[in-house]
Amino acid sequence: MPRITVTVDGVKYEEDVEPRLLLVHLLRERLGKTGTPVGCDTSNCGACTVMLDGKSVKSCSVLAVQADGCDVVTIEGLGANGQMHPMQRAFHEEHALQCGYCTPGMVMAAIDLLREDPEPSEETIRQGLEGNLCRCTGYCNIVRAVRKGAQEMGQAVSTS
Amino acid sequence: MTVQEIGRPRRRKEDTKLLTGRTQWTDNLSRPGMLHVMFLRSPMAHARITRVDVSGARDLPGVVAAFSGQDLADEQGSLPCAWPVTEDIVIPDHPPMAVSEVRYVGEAVACVIATDRYRAADALDAIEVDYEPLPAVLDMEEALAPDSPKVHEAGNKAYSMKTVSGDIETAFRGAPVVIERTFRQQRLIPTAMEPRAVLADTDGESFTVYSSTQIPHVLRVMLAVVTGIPEHKLRVIAPDVGGGFGSKLQVTAEEVLCLVLARKLGRPVKWTESRSEGNLTVHHGRDQIQRLRLAADADGRIRGLKVELLADMGAYLLLLTPGVPLLGASMFNAIYKMDAYEFACTGVFTTKMPTDAYRGAGRPEATFGIERMMDELAAELNLDPLEVRRRNWIKHEEFPYTTISGLTYDSGNYEAATERALSLFGYDKLRAEQADRRDRGDPVQLGIGVSTYTEMCGLAPSRLLAEARFGAGGWEHGAVRMLPTGKVEVVTGSSPHGQGHVTSWSQIVADALGVPFEDVTVLHGDTAIAPKGMDTYGSRSLVVGGIAVLKACEKVKDKARTLAAHLLECSPDDLEFEAGTFKVRGTDSAKTIQELAYAAFTAHDLPDGVEPRLDSEVTFDPETYSFPHGTHLCAVEVDTETGQTRIRSYVAVDDIGKVINPLIVNGQLHGGIAQGIAQALFEEAVYDAEGNLLTTTMADYLLPSAADLPGFTLDRTETPSTTNPLGVKGVGEAGTIASTPAVVNAVVDALRPYGINDVQMPCTPERIWRALQERAQEGVRP
Repeated sequence: MPRITVTVDGVKYEEDVEPRLLLVHLLRERLGKTGTPVGCDTSNCGACTVMLDGKSVKSCSVLAVQADGCDVVTIEGLGANGQMHPMQRAFHEEHALQCGYCTPGMVMAAIDLLREDPEPSEETIRQGLEGNLCRCTGYCNIVRAVRKGAQEMGQAVSTS
Repeated sequence: MTVQEIGRPRRRKEDTKLLTGRTQWTDNLSRPGMLHVMFLRSPMAHARITRVDVSGARDLPGVVAAFSGQDLADEQGSLPCAWPVTEDIVIPDHPPMAVSEVRYVGEAVACVIATDRYRAADALDAIEVDYEPLPAVLDMEEALAPDSPKVHEAGNKAYSMKTVSGDIETAFRGAPVVIERTFRQQRLIPTAMEPRAVLADTDGESFTVYSSTQIPHVLRVMLAVVTGIPEHKLRVIAPDVGGGFGSKLQVTAEEVLCLVLARKLGRPVKWTESRSEGNLTVHHGRDQIQRLRLAADADGRIRGLKVELLADMGAYLLLLTPGVPLLGASMFNAIYKMDAYEFACTGVFTTKMPTDAYRGAGRPEATFGIERMMDELAAELNLDPLEVRRRNWIKHEEFPYTTISGLTYDSGNYEAATERALSLFGYDKLRAEQADRRDRGDPVQLGIGVSTYTEMCGLAPSRLLAEARFGAGGWEHGAVRMLPTGKVEVVTGSSPHGQGHVTSWSQIVADALGVPFEDVTVLHGDTAIAPKGMDTYGSRSLVVGGIAVLKACEKVKDKARTLAAHLLECSPDDLEFEAGTFKVRGTDSAKTIQELAYAAFTAHDLPDGVEPRLDSEVTFDPETYSFPHGTHLCAVEVDTETGQTRIRSYVAVDDIGKVINPLIVNGQLHGGIAQGIAQALFEEAVYDAEGNLLTTTMADYLLPSAADLPGFTLDRTETPSTTNPLGVKGVGEAGTIASTPAVVNAVVDALRPYGINDVQMPCTPERIWRALQERAQEGVRP
């Protein structure tokens, strides 16, 4: 069984894994990182989105062995010093979640979207989140939250 | 000066755990020695099972047990239907795992229980099943033909019923206008984002079932009945639940089987569905053929309406299956006055996944039917669609109004909501642009759709449920406990799964008791913690459960007043209550409710006959429904060269009475409207000619993404309900009920110059393009 080394939310793990083990199952069932949920099995819904070396991936479509040597950040590792990430705060402020099942993936995808466009328009946000499905919100407040989160992240960068 | 909590856009208390990944979805739960079950599912729509051999699976590593339906035949019971809508309804036996015959693709035929889910999945491949194919039964009209193959021995008709109000024959005889249309409510898959999951645990004597369910209380009763496990040995917990929309208002085969297997094996057993498994086996929604006939006078006044439904039950009757279409029975007449009304419905068995409640349940279907007919009537008479509605709707001064179907609407103001919507929408300007595009022969045509809806919320008065032959009551329970330190613990029988009850209930309690919003906590979703409840569906939580909590607060306050009078040595009538403090009128003598909670805890000095502790509980049964309403306007651009529809603007003005939290209300409307648009334009569960479901993934079943939807312009009018002390009406389903006809009316409006007066849902580019081609070949030119 291959042995992999992977850092998840700042903690280094060495794990023996079956080659077929999905990254999301490694996270959830071996490492206890259940903050990342599974919403489908065809990589359509995006609920399982995490950062793999700084870029968003759907962790149901990545094998654990592919994450060997990588740095993974999940929704659980996003905040710092007991404070939520500005994007998490913006989702709260704008009521951008209801049942909350898509939220971890949606927040990760939103942050990734800002890598390429730190001040996205509504259109850019809607297109950029196309791979993350939400059944509760109709996306209106998600779009608002991403804009608000982007502003606050921009301010955090400019004042640091 | 205290700020009133009711009406404030409070940010939700629920959010922190959801945003930081500290949720307890059922699939997150684990128990020592826990086993995983996976089900082998039928690839045939209809077949006799001639052989099941699970021995190959039993020998594989990690496999603890494997069973066929036959192996469990004596202990698995039959899945319940709680709504025998007629005396002669056919309710077939429904084994959770098929024993001798399968009747839809996806029905479980065998299972493997293993130490992890990968091993269980491997072992499914080693099970052998032989089937003797039987004919699939897919089309409702063919299913009712005398020579049709039978889904069940008793035939393909589950029930039929008919009600008539007024003189329907006179209404139609000699009517200057009779419009007849047949609409198809396509089959939908509810698709909550959290797939279903169940964990059944046992200590050898009692059982705990964790399930992603909307109905922990109903589930407990039903699991006890189905499995024979005594109810008092059974606890049901709904942990964090990721959406339901009716799909988790069910007693599922998998819930029963996990419990049966935990009992059989003496170990915790968990099941989590995959999405493709879910698309096959989570109950589906809608699926009706609606034959509507409307008789009107030449000025557009409605004389009568005849509704004839065929409702696809699927292969079996699940918990509420037969009753769902009948929830629309009193709603086709909607906000309109008419002389006579006839409603008939036939429930039909087919070899497909059973249908049951999906957001709105019966009411979206009814609203679609009547709102489409109103537009057809307007077109026939060359009237503006809003004008024909105005000529027929109940005027605001006519409330309370008893409709032709017998419901009494307590309140409403259709004029006010419509006026507000028109001004936000810019109706006249859009009509002018539409005329211009038509004149120019613009390949992109503009369509304007109207939906002036009402619905019934707050299921339901138990007495009325009895009349409808429903198997349970519609009350709700609330308990309010002041803790010794002055904090408040609320227990609700409602079972939220995204609605934000913890926040809204906190606002109600904060106002009622004069305590800080932050000092209130709300417990729910566990039959040991919240032992009484009828759960969450049918937009009932606030109008039934929220009122129960409010009434419990009133009882707490009454007790506090008695105690305050005793401690302050005055008459209870001399006390005034404001901002959480009882004060003797005209003096500084006072006690806060927190001080009284502590005094009731120490119990050192209580009046005679007063029990220690400041708490109370109420079980509330409403006397009637509530009736939200509103006007939704939708503008679409339809590209007549590609058939593509784009929603250009969407305005919704809803009247849901008093609003507890506008942020939550708007969220419910956004999501509801999106789901209604999804039915109009995107979603359909498709079976092929052999009865295979083709839309088993989210790539095939088109849930709209952010890129597919517009923003919505929302506003409200506020006509308080007169039938409950808060004046609230319910909002969970309003958006879905209203939006589907608004969108389809807009699409048809865009295409009417091309000779098109209906497009079957979902109005996909292909359907629109084909309709345009057909008309063009017939020589119709705009």
